[in-house]
Amino acid sequence: MNTAAERKHTFFANTVADEQEYVSKTIYNVDHFNLWYGDDQALYDVTLAIPENQVTAIIGPSGCGKSTFIKSLNRMVELVPSVKMNGSISYAGQDIFSSGYKVEQLRTDVGMVFQNPNPFPKSIYENVAYGPKIHGIRKKKVLDEIVEKSLKGAALWDEVKDRLQENASGLSGGQQQRLCIARCLAIEPDVILMDEPTSALDPIATAKVEELVQSLKKDYSIVIVTHNMQQAARISDKTAFFLNGEVVEFEHTDKLFSNPEDRRTEDYITGRFG
Amino acid sequence: MEVNVKNMIKQKETNRFFLRFTEKAAPVFFLLCAAISVLTTIGIILTLLVETTAFFSRVSFWEFISGTEWWPFGENPTYGVLPLIAGTMLITAIAMMVALPIGLASAIFLSEFASEQTRKIVKPVLEVLAGIPTIVYGFFALTFVTPVLNTFIQDLPVFNALSPGIVVGVMVIPMVASLSEDALRSVPNSMREAALAMGSTRLEVAMKVVLPAALSGIIASFVLGISRAIGETMIVAVAAGSTPKLTWDVTESIQTMTGYIVQVSLGDASYGSTAYYSIYAVGMTLFIFTFMMNILSQYISRRFKEDY
Repeated sequence: MNTAAERKHTFFANTVADEQEYVSKTIYNVDHFNLWYGDDQALYDVTLAIPENQVTAIIGPSGCGKSTFIKSLNRMVELVPSVKMNGSISYAGQDIFSSGYKVEQLRTDVGMVFQNPNPFPKSIYENVAYGPKIHGIRKKKVLDEIVEKSLKGAALWDEVKDRLQENASGLSGGQQQRLCIARCLAIEPDVILMDEPTSALDPIATAKVEELVQSLKKDYSIVIVTHNMQQAARISDKTAFFLNGEVVEFEHTDKLFSNPEDRRTEDYITGRFG
Repeated sequence: MEVNVKNMIKQKETNRFFLRFTEKAAPVFFLLCAAISVLTTIGIILTLLVETTAFFSRVSFWEFISGTEWWPFGENPTYGVLPLIAGTMLITAIAMMVALPIGLASAIFLSEFASEQTRKIVKPVLEVLAGIPTIVYGFFALTFVTPVLNTFIQDLPVFNALSPGIVVGVMVIPMVASLSEDALRSVPNSMREAALAMGSTRLEVAMKVVLPAALSGIIASFVLGISRAIGETMIVAVAAGSTPKLTWDVTESIQTMTGYIVQVSLGDASYGSTAYYSIYAVGMTLFIFTFMMNILSQYISRRFKEDY
């Protein structure tokens, strides 16, 4: 983080090489991606590269397409029947929209945490064990281990270890959101997409989730959508600023918040609109 | 001219008396309407109780609930209700074997797999099925289903339990499907999204997330379906025959509680005779059955209600 400001910036993270020979691999490559809901275009020519094992924040005002973008990364956007797209998004070198690409495999490798905590109406244990179970892991002992490890990974273990069989709806909002993160970790994804994960949480719960995001980034690549600019500044390595469906600027976070290139970015981060 | 809202409201004050009257009168009117159905229920239960008491002054309660012969129209009439209960159970069991799997599968299809367009066509068709008069189903059972079954089962009598059982099941399908679909659809989409985002297939989402989450509503729909089958009258009256029999053989002619009541009310027994009073005792038994089913369904929906 502290060296990020000194880094030279280029549009593609995989070609970034700063003074310290810093090279980050690209996990997602988005290339001239356009998306429509019916006749309304929601994303215009989005081109950016998401680095591996870093936190990439997506900021922008409401309706700028940031949620649409993150949902395109695991093809959840296709649940809207009228959606149309062109351009390409490749994950780990493969075009995720190519025919024959298995969407279930993509979503196994790329986990997602939603805006509102959405635990299943099952026990805490069953919530975490759900993912491993549908992917064929049945042994009780193995599942026990996965549940403990995932809950520890989501910094929730100490709070729930004595009531794993209780219904998840009894947890507080912040705990539910960390449970959803644990559920996501249970199938060991490579990427975690987070769509405004703290917007329904109080400040203390938010701080816990942010702390968690920081600790997760050594093992996971994280893409986080947030309407909270301070949050983006606090936790991300790179930030993309979306406006009206376009990427205005994609930069190292320190650079984007201290010395933005684009006038519109500056107006937004200084609070002139949005 | 400027609009002065304050003055306009003041002028309307003059109409306040009428407003205040309707404000008081309307709830009373609504209460009366609600009271009609409550009073009717009480009236029905009272009638049943009075006439049933009259019946039990002639026939012992023990004979009624433990007797295995139901033969009210002979030299030595016997009033053992078990054959009628067995007939009702037999029809209900066959009907549920048809209605539960087909109804639930249709509900899952409509809620989880059908496109909006397909749903728009299939749902109204299901509702038409629910709107067909049961007497039509009865003749469908007698003149179509029974002959078809006859080609598979040799020596199937014209009146048998199997054919009306199947048709009662068909009749109950829309009810089970529609109520189960409501239960499935009330599971919030965020559950489906969560499961899909973990790499579940749509079938896994339907069977492992949505179905368990909607279980209370689905079971309640099953219980209501059972209750509907127990109370179904015309289909069994037309196609099941009128031979009360304590049997589990589906190819035999049987009689259900409802079927017996129809037979007697059509004039087979004179007013005031024991056979006449017996229909109230049977009606009471029937009422207790369906009443318990409804209580059970309410209990299940409350007890197993999921919080999302």
